[in-house]
Amino acid sequence: MLTAILASSLLALACGLLLGYSAIRFRVEGDPIVEKIDALLPQTQCGQCGYPGCKPYAEAIAKGEADINLCAPGGQVVMIALADLLGRDPTALDEVVEKVPSIAFIDENACIGCTLCLQACPVDAILGAAKHMHTVIAAECTGCELCLPPCPVDCIQMLPIAESPQRWAWPYPGKGHRLTGEAA
Amino acid sequence: MTLPYSHTPNGRVLWTFEGGVHLPDMKSLSNGTAIAQAEIPSRLVLPLQQHIGQPAEPLVKAGDRVLKGEKIARGAGIVSASLHAPTSGLIREIAHHRIPHASGLTAPCILLEPDGEGRWGELPPPMPEFAGLDPGKVIERIRWAGIVGMGGATFPSAVKLAPGPERAIHTLIINGAECEPYITCDDRLMRERADKIVKGIRILRHVLDVTGECLIGIEDNKPEAIVAMRQALDEEKLEATEVVVIPTLYPSGGEKQLIRILTGREVPSRGIPAHIGIVCHNVATAAAVADAVLEGRPLISRVVTLTGGGIAQPGNREVLLGTLASDLIAWQGGYLPGVDRLILGGPMMGQALGSDQVPITKGGNCLLVPGPGELPDPGPAIACIRCGRCADACPMQLLPQQMYWYARARDMDKVQEYNLFDCIECGCCSHVCPSRIPLVQYYRFAKTSIWGLEAERRKSERARQRHESRQQRLERQEQERKAKLRKKNEALQDKPAAEPAADPKKAAIEAALQRAKEKKAKLAQEGVAPQNTAQLTEAQQRQIREADQRRAEAAPHNETSE
Repeated sequence: MLTAILASSLLALACGLLLGYSAIRFRVEGDPIVEKIDALLPQTQCGQCGYPGCKPYAEAIAKGEADINLCAPGGQVVMIALADLLGRDPTALDEVVEKVPSIAFIDENACIGCTLCLQACPVDAILGAAKHMHTVIAAECTGCELCLPPCPVDCIQMLPIAESPQRWAWPYPGKGHRLTGEAA
Repeated sequence: MTLPYSHTPNGRVLWTFEGGVHLPDMKSLSNGTAIAQAEIPSRLVLPLQQHIGQPAEPLVKAGDRVLKGEKIARGAGIVSASLHAPTSGLIREIAHHRIPHASGLTAPCILLEPDGEGRWGELPPPMPEFAGLDPGKVIERIRWAGIVGMGGATFPSAVKLAPGPERAIHTLIINGAECEPYITCDDRLMRERADKIVKGIRILRHVLDVTGECLIGIEDNKPEAIVAMRQALDEEKLEATEVVVIPTLYPSGGEKQLIRILTGREVPSRGIPAHIGIVCHNVATAAAVADAVLEGRPLISRVVTLTGGGIAQPGNREVLLGTLASDLIAWQGGYLPGVDRLILGGPMMGQALGSDQVPITKGGNCLLVPGPGELPDPGPAIACIRCGRCADACPMQLLPQQMYWYARARDMDKVQEYNLFDCIECGCCSHVCPSRIPLVQYYRFAKTSIWGLEAERRKSERARQRHESRQQRLERQEQERKAKLRKKNEALQDKPAAEPAADPKKAAIEAALQRAKEKKAKLAQEGVAPQNTAQLTEAQQRQIREADQRRAEAAPHNETSE
């Protein structure tokens, strides 16, 4: 009898210690699901979903406050990926028009150097200073269009990203395609 | 069942690789005549990117005069290659021009207008004593020459020649297999310039510090090349180097297949031959290395096969880099009637060109112009019948059918699980498919889509980092602003006590007022009332007295308070 009680108590103690240790050793900071959702979002930080950036939207989805179909730049692909991740049903996109990938371009002749677009850019992709010409760092622009409304002289426009051999992808083989190297 | 290996007449073991297909080699069309000499066309178009890696950076501008062999663009970074003027002339402009790429798109090119004189510029001194030099110096020369893998892969050779000290190279393999039908440029090169290739091999051996042997693999359908290479080896007295005749089977000229045939070893999945102590170079690359090291000449030309039933005089030609395909075909007698296609490369791995206004680049080994009825259109694809012939033919032991299903369904994760990136796009699977499914096109589509997705992922990751650091900066600035404001407020509260003493001007005024008051009080004590009315007229003095009187009556307390 005593042995049995002692054995159970020791076992309980050992398990308790193990659990306590693992709780400290394998502690998870924050909610990992937010990171996972954030990783799927396109990081344009455009705010078209109604949240001030991709991370806040990810947090809202994780809390169940936001729908998964609000990301305009991500479109169908991101919505499906979110549905897969969260085990939710795919929902039709909400009045979202899918656009050609574009980046902002500043007409440097018209720019008055007001710095308003610099302050609007969520990824610091516009270079310039007060009363000096501004320009967009093309490689860093996410195409979020947040710089368009603040511009007092409307000198920013969105230009589609130019096709280049490096970016080009083979098309999906369609009907009537010939064998490799034999297409006209 | 056949053994996975056989023996050559001199007792060497020859391995086989899985799959492969026997094809009509069509080489006699172009291998009967000697390599024609280079001609100078009316213009040259030199793409800044003719290699794998970063595009080169131009060193010239429009209007510059350049001499033959002068460097006109330098390699940007380690994995890049320099570009040299193929002949003397005038730089017209640096502009976008159509390049030989499956997309048919344009890319930045240097447009050179030759003056027809072909005057050489200053070249670095030859290095005949390379064997006594540090391999790093020789590699530097090869890098300067802008040499890339000339079998078609166009990977910068200098990078491949420096596998790092931890990877000892025991075997050097020289690829003279030239397994793709129609192409004969390496065949002719070996027949006519075997001595140069062998000299190049000697340099490569020295640079790589090869501990073991060097094997030159040549398919048995090139007997003249085999004889020429063996003879050159004997003359050069290059030890531990051997020409190995291998059976003709497409794609035995693939790097991994050739290594398998000659050594029986497998390059690991997604690995490179250096991982197993082997380096493989093409015969044309070896010849270019000999030119660079022994003559100080950069890579400015290459041998190109111009062949097919649609070209008047098929043959091989030494071609200045940047020569347009249209010029080349004109020099070979032009197109025959009924031609509707132009292929860069061979019939298996080549790419259809939408235009002949594209230049020959460092990796361009063949222009194929099929005549009417040659390489016929296989017809529309029909459903896969799961016969499995593609898997039998695949030289990489992949499962083409599975990859096809997943690529078709755009399931990019699954298709990678089936080792899509080990596919060498040799075209064996498409060739044997009874349903005529363009399998390789599906794999190319999947590969480029995955690259696109990866690029997008990298970009969004970068955007996320930039956004986060911006948020941090804004927060920090906000805190700094608040701290400043707080400091200012505190300073304002302390002000009344501290300020009078702090302001010297105010103190001086105050002191002056004090002095005036004291003086006035002293005068008043002495009974002197200051009156500055002495010089005034009687009438004016009376007016003042009246005014004083009125003031005294109106506010007697005012005067006391003064």
